[in-house]
Amino acid sequence: MKPDSSEIRWVDESPLTPAERSYLPLFIEGLTTTFRHLVSPKITVQFPEERHEFPDPIIYRGVHRLNRDEQGRVKCVACFLCATACPAHCIDIVAAPSPWPDREKYPVVFNIDMLRCIFCGMCEEACPVDAIELTSLYDLSGKSRDEMIFDKEKLLSVYDQTKDLEPPRWMRERDVLEDQTSDSATGET
Amino acid sequence: MVGLIIETCVKIALALGVLMTGAAYLVLVERWIAAWVQDRIGPNRVGIPLTNIRLFGLGQPIADGLKLIFKEEYVPGHVDRVVYNLGPILTFVAAVAVYAVVPLGQVDLGISGWRPIDLTIVPQFDAALVYLFAANGAAVYGVIAGGWASRNKYSLFGALRAAAQLIAYEIPLSLTLLVVALYAGSLQLDQMVLQQAQTGVWNIVLHPLTFVVFFVAVTAEAARLPFDLPETEQELVGGFHTEYSGMRLMTYLVSEFLHMVTAAVLIVLLFLGGWHFWGLTGSEPVAGIGGALLRIIVFAVKVLLVIWFFMMMRWSWPRFRFDQLMRLAWKVLIPWGMVPLVILVWWYSGGEEVLGLEGGRGLALLAVINWAALIAVWIVTAQLSPPSYDNRPRQDLVRLARQPEQAIPAGVRPTAKAWQPSFDNEE
Repeated sequence: MKPDSSEIRWVDESPLTPAERSYLPLFIEGLTTTFRHLVSPKITVQFPEERHEFPDPIIYRGVHRLNRDEQGRVKCVACFLCATACPAHCIDIVAAPSPWPDREKYPVVFNIDMLRCIFCGMCEEACPVDAIELTSLYDLSGKSRDEMIFDKEKLLSVYDQTKDLEPPRWMRERDVLEDQTSDSATGET
Repeated sequence: MVGLIIETCVKIALALGVLMTGAAYLVLVERWIAAWVQDRIGPNRVGIPLTNIRLFGLGQPIADGLKLIFKEEYVPGHVDRVVYNLGPILTFVAAVAVYAVVPLGQVDLGISGWRPIDLTIVPQFDAALVYLFAANGAAVYGVIAGGWASRNKYSLFGALRAAAQLIAYEIPLSLTLLVVALYAGSLQLDQMVLQQAQTGVWNIVLHPLTFVVFFVAVTAEAARLPFDLPETEQELVGGFHTEYSGMRLMTYLVSEFLHMVTAAVLIVLLFLGGWHFWGLTGSEPVAGIGGALLRIIVFAVKVLLVIWFFMMMRWSWPRFRFDQLMRLAWKVLIPWGMVPLVILVWWYSGGEEVLGLEGGRGLALLAVINWAALIAVWIVTAQLSPPSYDNRPRQDLVRLARQPEQAIPAGVRPTAKAWQPSFDNEE
């Protein structure tokens, strides 16, 4: 952009007051700021001993999990929407005809390469059946590259670990519905 | 004679030990303060090696030192090897040599037949102040050598900035030293401290304007923020020590820290009464063992407080631009430095008698004059020269160019080339 472009709006600084010209108020302002912060409470978390607490673990984007439905089956229908949406191409799905009557396909293999994943959450947004979700687990580590490729069993086990703290959407919606019905029931009696 | 040599060697060993350990731990303190100011906790994990005892991170300097010692000492192939190796050594020697004349008073051990021992490596050195500033200024040779020998543009920029900065700030520094030396009537640091102790009036009260100039100049000379132009990380990578690693880098960094300690020591010696504190340390030149210990503690506390202020200052104010730095030195500090000198010369050449005041009341009057001078000079400077000025594109030219063609008389309209770099050479 050239300096004479009409898109630039030049803003004139207001002239300095006599006090500002003496620098003194600015010196004192800088010093009081640092002194205030010197004694203010610290925000650092001593990681292995203390852990970060999330205001809402459901909106955090950490390790993935594959949700189970009410009968404990994997909820995924192998539609490939998450793999298509993934900008890092880290999701690898092999589909097979489903043994269950309520869907056509289910995933035989569901691998997520955690080293490639950028934790953007697009898979979660793309999923039509809320099968893949990002949990609040963030301290992910492994000793080899192979270890960091999470397969279906591991992703399902992540679900088993986190379902109590962060219930999947179908469970939350069911709870809300139950609350409403019980509220209306008590309201009528 | 042999006794003197042994005594001096012991003192040198003690001073070096205290300085090296002190510098290492001041790095830790600096990291702590930096962390606290930024609402962090800072290093607190490293304690006693091979155990889980943390000791608030007091083992950190050992870990840092070991790391730098065992790091690969990479020497780029294009450097001038002799000068490259000489640089850190020169800086370090100059930074340490300063401490030969720091006075801590005399101690009487109470053993019959022994004379009182000076707590200074070179006691009663007549040109102590001159030596001190010569040694302090010589440190820049190491910086220039390092920057030059690195054969790297950023390093050279850093070195040149260091040189320019040192030359600019030596002058106000010397002017303020003249005032202090003239007032004490001696160039011996022992005498200066003794005078402050005996009158009970520290020089900061008596010479406030001198103190302000000295403080700014000595900060600039130690290249501490807001004056750390020789090694601005954001502009020059690392400045003069960009090409250094391992022990050589550590030598540079330790010397830099020692410069800051030197600056704090000088401020305490010349303006904050050295080892003196009212009602605590007495004011005789010679003290007993307990008294001497107390004096060392008082001195150390004062120095640490000044260093603490240096470290706080680092996070309080933004860095100067280089032209602002030069402007501050040549247009503000040098004229400011002359004012108290003129006042003191007038005072000694008859002003004292003209006003007809003696002793304590005379000193009070001198203090009042100097405080008035500080306020007057500050206000005058603030109103005469604006502290900031615009370095953005010329807005008057820009506005002119944005007007329609007809409104501007022929020949006045600036072309677009006026503020754009030309690339004629490329054709």
